[in-house]
Amino acid sequence: MDFLFIAQQTLGATIGVNTVIFALAAIGLNMHFGYTGLLNFGQAGFLAVGAYSVAVSVETYGVPLFISFLIGILNSVIFALILGIPTLRLRADYLAIVTIAAAEIIRKVTRSATFNDVLGGSDGISGKFGKDFFDFNPFKSGLETSIIRFSANDLWVVIVGWTIVAIITFLMWVMVNSPWGRVLKAIREDEDAVRSLGKNVYLYKMQSLIIGGVIGSIAGFVYALSRQSVQPDNYSTALTFFTYTVLILGGAARVFSPIIGAMIFWFLIVFIEQMLRQAVTAGYIPEWLIGVNQVGQIRFMLMGLGLMLLMIFRPQGIFGDKKELALDARA
Amino acid sequence: MIRQSSLNSVSILKKVIYSLVLAIIAGIFSFGVSLSPATAAQADEAVLYGVVTDKDDLPLPGIGISVIGPDGFEDQVLTDAEGAWRIVTKATGVYEISIDENSLPKGQGLTNPERATVKVSVFMLGIDLAIQFPIGVGVVKATRLERAPQLALDGLILGLIIGLAALGLNLIFGTTGLTNFAHGEILTMGGIITYYLSLNFGLSLIIAIPLAILITAAVAGWAQNQYLWKPLRRRGTGLIAMLVVSIGFAIFIRYFFLFIFGGGTKQLPQYAGQAGLDLGLVSITPKSIITTIFAIIFLILATLWLLKTKMGKASRAVADNPALASASGIDVEKVIRSVWILGAALAAYAGIILTTNQGVSFLMGQDTLLLIFAAVTLGGLGTANGALIGSLIIGLMVQLSTLFIPTELKYVGALVVLILILIIRPQGILGKKDRIG
Repeated sequence: MDFLFIAQQTLGATIGVNTVIFALAAIGLNMHFGYTGLLNFGQAGFLAVGAYSVAVSVETYGVPLFISFLIGILNSVIFALILGIPTLRLRADYLAIVTIAAAEIIRKVTRSATFNDVLGGSDGISGKFGKDFFDFNPFKSGLETSIIRFSANDLWVVIVGWTIVAIITFLMWVMVNSPWGRVLKAIREDEDAVRSLGKNVYLYKMQSLIIGGVIGSIAGFVYALSRQSVQPDNYSTALTFFTYTVLILGGAARVFSPIIGAMIFWFLIVFIEQMLRQAVTAGYIPEWLIGVNQVGQIRFMLMGLGLMLLMIFRPQGIFGDKKELALDARA
Repeated sequence: MIRQSSLNSVSILKKVIYSLVLAIIAGIFSFGVSLSPATAAQADEAVLYGVVTDKDDLPLPGIGISVIGPDGFEDQVLTDAEGAWRIVTKATGVYEISIDENSLPKGQGLTNPERATVKVSVFMLGIDLAIQFPIGVGVVKATRLERAPQLALDGLILGLIIGLAALGLNLIFGTTGLTNFAHGEILTMGGIITYYLSLNFGLSLIIAIPLAILITAAVAGWAQNQYLWKPLRRRGTGLIAMLVVSIGFAIFIRYFFLFIFGGGTKQLPQYAGQAGLDLGLVSITPKSIITTIFAIIFLILATLWLLKTKMGKASRAVADNPALASASGIDVEKVIRSVWILGAALAAYAGIILTTNQGVSFLMGQDTLLLIFAAVTLGGLGTANGALIGSLIIGLMVQLSTLFIPTELKYVGALVVLILILIIRPQGILGKKDRIG
């Protein structure tokens, strides 16, 4: 077994593009689920809105890339309003069902042949829509060391991505420690108590949904730009569920937990996958038990099992505080 | 002499292998195109040919076929008395072959209206390419009014399938408060077990189906409750935490099914390609009639159980107020256990109907789950008969919406309506208002 290769892959993934995407998606979800107690199961929809806004604006309509970011943010605000208006007055599980349905609507519409001309159908959109972004890339060559390697473009995405993560995390810290943030946490714990103090709970929930959604769509920007393509099936409900895993792993309602959660998540995913793959190839695991092609499936099984066990035995995550997070106060 | 014949057989073998390879290549380029030496092209030309037959496999003469090819190549022919047509080309390239749909007799249409034009790549000369235009009961020509009865029937069947699953989901939600995202996997399990029983153990479906329902009810109903949810309730795990646990469990089970079962959609060995009975306005397969009748019987039995038996009444009492039910001497755990077993049995049967009608894949449950949720929300979360009515409405809506929107978007229509319903009447059709706030 090639342990250097495994270490290289694992380390690269721990601080890589996917970690940035999941960290951003989970920061948005932290605003919803962690601080406000909103059960948003459509975070993948927000990522899809962001990613497709960029790809469609630039590739189909020829809009400049940096204006397409504004379009993406505007679209995610609209999406949040559509989701929030009917459901935020209702019990938590209604929001869950509507958000998961809305995310699936987006995925099914984007992959349909009916809108092939604009949205690219099930193949999605590939092209050079990130050209304006990569033109700013100061790195002429990639990073090549013995323990970590990135291509020039990946290096640029990773550095910009982590800068965005840092800025948004700082903004989150400011927001949740402001009087506004304290109202959110109070809504999470006891909605009626907040209402009796004369606060407009509905409005606060809506603001939380919009802000978290916009952060989710920024994750979508990174997703689209890093690959220079968007594919509808990348934005399935599984993406939402893994974002939850990341968030719960780090510990909901903690500012840094999405970042830590995403790093641990991708460390474990890639480490386990590479170890299994090499063990199967080297014959340590017999072929009849796990084939090389089945390693990915084992990975998903472990993810599901991990989410279950985490929620049962350590719902506050690694860094969370069980006392702060009384998730079921309202259910 | 011997040498000669062996050479011949080698060359025949070569030819066979060659045409097989070509057939595979042609198959990659376009479905419905096959190679055959029947009309034997010269080395410097390629022949496009086909036979147009109607839905009863009788030849259709006088049907217009037109071909557009490279370098301005154009040709039109009519099919002869045997329904056959033949066009000779001299150049390689991509050819577009179209059938004139207006020349088809009334009541006959392409089974796939999007394939009135077939693209074929003539990649070398000296070959023959057969082009098929499968023709059946004309879907193109049917008006919306003519299509509606068939779609309504399909919708009712889909509604019953959703209803079987939704009833169990709703009972479990009512008695335990669990929003179970792993309910769809019970459908998949019912289907997969039926598949294994009938394929690996060679059981007839008449035995395999009841057995599969029993196994699923025992494993996904009794055992799941006993070893997963009951301990969690004992620990006092919150409802939202349990919801997330059910998501993790669903992912685990789904990929476990993928691991053991593989990714494709598999058909049961029996009754897979059964022909539909033509009943005038609608056509329906015999297996569909039988499975649907049993679905109705099971739904009636489940409703009677809820309304008439002591355990059914107790389950409604638990759904209404568990503490009060427990105080008045009802064994709440026993009620929950029977609700899980019943719910799993009904969901397993729903999965089995789907499996007999369209085959089983590991994603089957996940694909149906959102429709089940939509039905339950529409009818009112936690109400038993509400779930049934919601299911029938969702089933009809999914199928009938294809009259106005493309078929691939039919689920989208249902989900949009779900969101609209929540704006207008969030408690659902039969739900109580105090449940939603």
